[in-house]
Amino acid sequence: MTQKTLRKGNEALAEGAIRAGARFFAGYPITPQNEVPEFMSAYMADAGGAFVQAESEIAAINMVYGAASTGTRSMTSSSSPGVSLKQEGITYLASADLPCLIVNVMRGGPGLGSIGGAQGDYFQATRGGGNGDYHVIVLAPNSVEELGNFPKLGFELAEKYRMPCMILADGILGQMMESMAFNFDPIDPNKLGKFDWAVDIEKNGRPKRKVFSYKGDNLIADVTERAKRYGLIEKTEARFEERNTEDCDVLLVAYGLSSRACLEAVNHAKEAGIKVGLFRPITLWPFPSKRLLELAGKVKAIVAVEQSLGQMVQDVKLAVGDKTPVYLKAYPAGGQPEGAAILQAAQSALNGKTEGLFDLQRHAEGFTYECKRDLSLGVQGDRKGGK
Amino acid sequence: MPRIEVDANRCKACYLCVNACPKKCLGKSETISKKGYFPAEMKHPENCIGCTMCYMMCPDIAITVIKD
Amino acid sequence: MTILAQRPKSMTDKPMHYCPGCGHGIVHRLMGEAFDELKIGDRVIGVAPVGCAVFADDYFACDMVQGAHGRGPAIATGIKRSKPNAIVFSYQGDGDLASIGMAEIVHAAVRSENITVIFINNAIYGMTGGQMAPTTLVGQVATTAPKGRDPKLQGWPINMCEMLAQITGAKYLERVAVDTPQHVMAAKKAIKKAFENQVKGVGFSMVEVISQCPTNWHANVEQALEFVRTKMMPQYPLGVFKDEGAN
Repeated sequence: MTQKTLRKGNEALAEGAIRAGARFFAGYPITPQNEVPEFMSAYMADAGGAFVQAESEIAAINMVYGAASTGTRSMTSSSSPGVSLKQEGITYLASADLPCLIVNVMRGGPGLGSIGGAQGDYFQATRGGGNGDYHVIVLAPNSVEELGNFPKLGFELAEKYRMPCMILADGILGQMMESMAFNFDPIDPNKLGKFDWAVDIEKNGRPKRKVFSYKGDNLIADVTERAKRYGLIEKTEARFEERNTEDCDVLLVAYGLSSRACLEAVNHAKEAGIKVGLFRPITLWPFPSKRLLELAGKVKAIVAVEQSLGQMVQDVKLAVGDKTPVYLKAYPAGGQPEGAAILQAAQSALNGKTEGLFDLQRHAEGFTYECKRDLSLGVQGDRKGGK
Repeated sequence: MPRIEVDANRCKACYLCVNACPKKCLGKSETISKKGYFPAEMKHPENCIGCTMCYMMCPDIAITVIKD
Repeated sequence: MTILAQRPKSMTDKPMHYCPGCGHGIVHRLMGEAFDELKIGDRVIGVAPVGCAVFADDYFACDMVQGAHGRGPAIATGIKRSKPNAIVFSYQGDGDLASIGMAEIVHAAVRSENITVIFINNAIYGMTGGQMAPTTLVGQVATTAPKGRDPKLQGWPINMCEMLAQITGAKYLERVAVDTPQHVMAAKKAIKKAFENQVKGVGFSMVEVISQCPTNWHANVEQALEFVRTKMMPQYPLGVFKDEGAN
């Protein structure tokens, strides 16, 4: 345990990773996570590890694939567009059963989007942006302290189940400074044993080992076995936090920094004359469906609050079924959630109003759109142009 | 006295060895192998000089060169 | 009784799946011989590509990692930086290395990663049935260039050894062939040297092997060898393009 210090999110994350035994980092510059590779470039070698600024995010995730295959605690970090590039590497890591840590400091999307914080990559993280049936464990910190301490949890879960773990942060969390402490002693890889599947140079006469992604005729058995690990994780590894849920009429569901804005709403609900609680998933996969369903039975309405067009809300609806109505307070592409607006949305939910709540088709009410070709502009088939 | 052994079950009848042999010792077998090929076969063992060029060219490591 | 030549200990005894006459099997064996002769077999960790050699992880006796298309040099970097005493190789075809993997091979050379790359150049995409490769010759017919490669639409073939030679971090670059016993012997020397370089810590070393592909050249073995001699070698001359020994 350390004393409390004032730390920037990205730096706390990087230091927390080295403290947790990370000894290989590959990354590429992208806003808003550049402090992570910068920290690694300064401190990883002294810690006895290796830092590589890779030629792209694709190369970086593949370097992690190589390093992880040796049993080394390996990680990469990036932000939304860079994580899109990594999807092939992530599905290969999942298929080769390689533990590793991948950090996404989310920014506005889709595409190049913006450099501000957002929560638009929930689908990408939990529905697998890569091909095939696979999952990665997804951890969602909501404070600099969690961001700094989650690498330890991430490596432990990744290694226990032999799969990638993603830490889903956002640009504000990465850039902000908060008081934090590390809640674990530094982990020395020289005190960690080896894996019996890792490629290595000390063979001692053992048979050769292969780390590979192409399973061919064995794919069905391979995926079926991995599914058992996924089922076990869903049953046993869900993590969450609750506030004021013993007695509330409206339950807010939010992760990451959105949950901090929701706390504002919880704390001021009494003044508004309503009882509001907060359910904060900490693991996004596995989603803490069981507890959420229990709570759903005790409340009149649920409002999912997220900085997206509505991604996590789908998992809320899946968990709750028709037990309780589920609404969405959306801040598309990273608008700033704030307590008063969230409280108003909670009131709407309670009173059957729509103000402050988002519904995709209602959003399109009275809207028409048709992009048309215009012959007066010229003929598309004219590939040469000019006269 | 040098000689070679051709593993007929590995040979894919590419005949790179037949063409490489400086003493023209090798040729095509008349017997079809389990894999459906007519493997390379030692036709003139008395001429083998153990140069190992057949082994060098074989992509399937079907040839072993031995000196008795 | 003495054995003059037999399967290297660094190879497994699994029969290889490559087409009759293909260069892959010859090169695999030369690598196995190099590992045996340099006595490094136990230290080798190899990276298998996507392509005909995707199953290479079954033919070498060392620990193997099979990775994504083109990413071998990056995967090898991760392995080498984590286990600096491992002898790490990336084995790649021309689509893997010169198309999708172009960034990875260039930057492994830029960083002078102390790895060994074995680059099999048969001017075609083999595993997927004969599409055009970056190294396909002008006029050469491929399934995605049915009228033959046209420089106006598809540019000219790329010479990787010559290109990488511009990079300071590339320390040893040699192009060889496996169409005759003499060339096979020279290829063996080059491959052995490329691995010796890694043992000595020289820096990025690559051997480009011009290989026959009878199947996708729609040729029998003799015609394929003829194509190597009369068409491939004029475009891809054999020789040493860089040789900077240990500093």
